[in-house]
Amino acid sequence: MSLVARHLEEAGIPTVILGSAMDIVDHCGVPRYVFTDFPLGNPCGRPYDADMQRAVVATGLELFESASRPRQVVRTPYRWSPDEAWRDRYMEIRPEDVARLAAAGEARRAQRQELRQQGRVRSE
Amino acid sequence: MTAHPVRYIDRTRRYYEAQGFEKPYAWARFDDTPFTALAKPVAESALALITTAALYDRQAGDPRYVASGETAQPPERLFGNDLSWDKRATHLDDLNSYFPIGRLGELIDEGRLGGLTRRFHCVPTEYSQRRTMGKDAPDVLERCREDGADIALLVPL
Repeated sequence: MSLVARHLEEAGIPTVILGSAMDIVDHCGVPRYVFTDFPLGNPCGRPYDADMQRAVVATGLELFESASRPRQVVRTPYRWSPDEAWRDRYMEIRPEDVARLAAAGEARRAQRQELRQQGRVRSE
Repeated sequence: MTAHPVRYIDRTRRYYEAQGFEKPYAWARFDDTPFTALAKPVAESALALITTAALYDRQAGDPRYVASGETAQPPERLFGNDLSWDKRATHLDDLNSYFPIGRLGELIDEGRLGGLTRRFHCVPTEYSQRRTMGKDAPDVLERCREDGADIALLVPL
């Protein structure tokens, strides 16, 4: 998504990204970013919290007007939960996961090869 | 327990290493970042809404393409089962938590945004940066231009 934002911006369309992955966007470099420190999946606010969602989106609209140079980041004030355990659980690898992940990787490589052989992949 | 933002690049690298993928994904990095100043106030601008979610329940392994829908007839939900996001911590049952079309409508009614373009766009997250830069990003740009987009709001899952 960062690459698309950069492409639009280069072509003269100002962009704002609403997201929850600070490091990925920071690594790439984007014009304007509203960061909400939530689990990946709800970059516009907590599910069913219309007030929070409206505030996050409004923050994005305001950033279009306030930014005067690239790489402008605004961090919203929201916290997902008093329990911060989600941070460590995402893509967690416990000892009991090792064999399962290795098998999943094997299966994925085999599936990719099959799709390639069947031509069910993008050609361009 | 830390409250620092999750380091997704490190996390993803370790996860794929554990799956036996030997070559780590090289995240795009640039020295310069483009910037375009607003041509007119947001309250007078047409906004293109762009998501990484899909219009249908795409399966892992299905090829992904740029797709568009009508903003006048927004979907009840979008799909991301084949994408990486925190499926343990949250869900996509509330469209506006990841595709804020209702919230944007309210801000239009309040006079804080000019309007939405005729279409919204679903852009694939592709492993191949060549594909994103060579095909998908130009495709989205063309659709935005056709619709007269002044600004774009991008909401990756």
